[in-house]
Amino acid sequence: MSHSTRCAACKSLRRRCPKDCVLAPYFPPTNPQRFACVHKIFGASNTTKMLEQLPLHLRAVAADCMSFEASSRVEDPVYGTVGIISQLQEQIIEAQSELVKTKSEIAFHNAQQQLQQQQMQQLQMINAIAQEGEDWP
Amino acid sequence: MASSSSYSNSPCAACKFLRRKCMPDCIFAPYFPPEEPQKFANVHKIFGASNVSKLLNEVAPHQREDAVNSLAYEAEARIKDPVYGCVGAISVLQRQVIRLQKELDATNADLIRYACNANEMPTSSQFGRRNMSHGGGSFGQNSGMYYHYSPWNNEPSEDSNERGGEGNM
Repeated sequence: MSHSTRCAACKSLRRRCPKDCVLAPYFPPTNPQRFACVHKIFGASNTTKMLEQLPLHLRAVAADCMSFEASSRVEDPVYGTVGIISQLQEQIIEAQSELVKTKSEIAFHNAQQQLQQQQMQQLQMINAIAQEGEDWP
Repeated sequence: MASSSSYSNSPCAACKFLRRKCMPDCIFAPYFPPEEPQKFANVHKIFGASNVSKLLNEVAPHQREDAVNSLAYEAEARIKDPVYGCVGAISVLQRQVIRLQKELDATNADLIRYACNANEMPTSSQFGRRNMSHGGGSFGQNSGMYYHYSPWNNEPSEDSNERGGEGNM
């Protein structure tokens, strides 16, 4: 028995799509590009082997991840997903450095405000004393 | 540095693994030295020798070492985690970026509040009949508004490289 409509994998490989086709649930015929990338990078045979080694309930996620890795590699043949990892690591370093800078500016403002408050208090005192001096004949 | 393995020397890790003669123009030889057999074994298991050879041929020679190293990284990640591969690392890093962005936004908001408070500090001319301030200015001379640029413009790292995304793969 075969699928009435072949999956993208079997279509691409020009073969019958059996009912128990390992790839069919994850490579529907509506998305031929998805299998094309995976086929180009991993190969149909490797993809089948890798999925077969997984329990059924994990295969969909694995197929999605492999599809993502494959399409990343097609878009960036040198770095693939490793390029994305590097970018994210750089963003993290930038954000951490920005955070340190901002927190130190807050600390600076805090210190400034405290200093200003102290100066205000001193000014008030001086003013009060001056006031008393004026009130005396 | 890529090492070279000539015909007269020991075969590269790829040719050793594939049990074939390592020719002088072997495409694998510069990047799979015989001292690192596991590197090729991993790459072969996940991608296959033929696919790797095709990938290397599509890439400029000066970029092949980087390409091999990134393939080796991905292969090793997928062997260690057959479900998520290195996409697992991407998810962790994305969450970290989002968390840091939120923290940065909150800290920037605090900074703006402090700057506003500094602007609102009363000046010396408000006290008593005598004007103590010669210039009539305030003590908050450095209390201008601070505007901080967020490199993400309120968006997490969802750029064109992330076709998958966390929930949309």
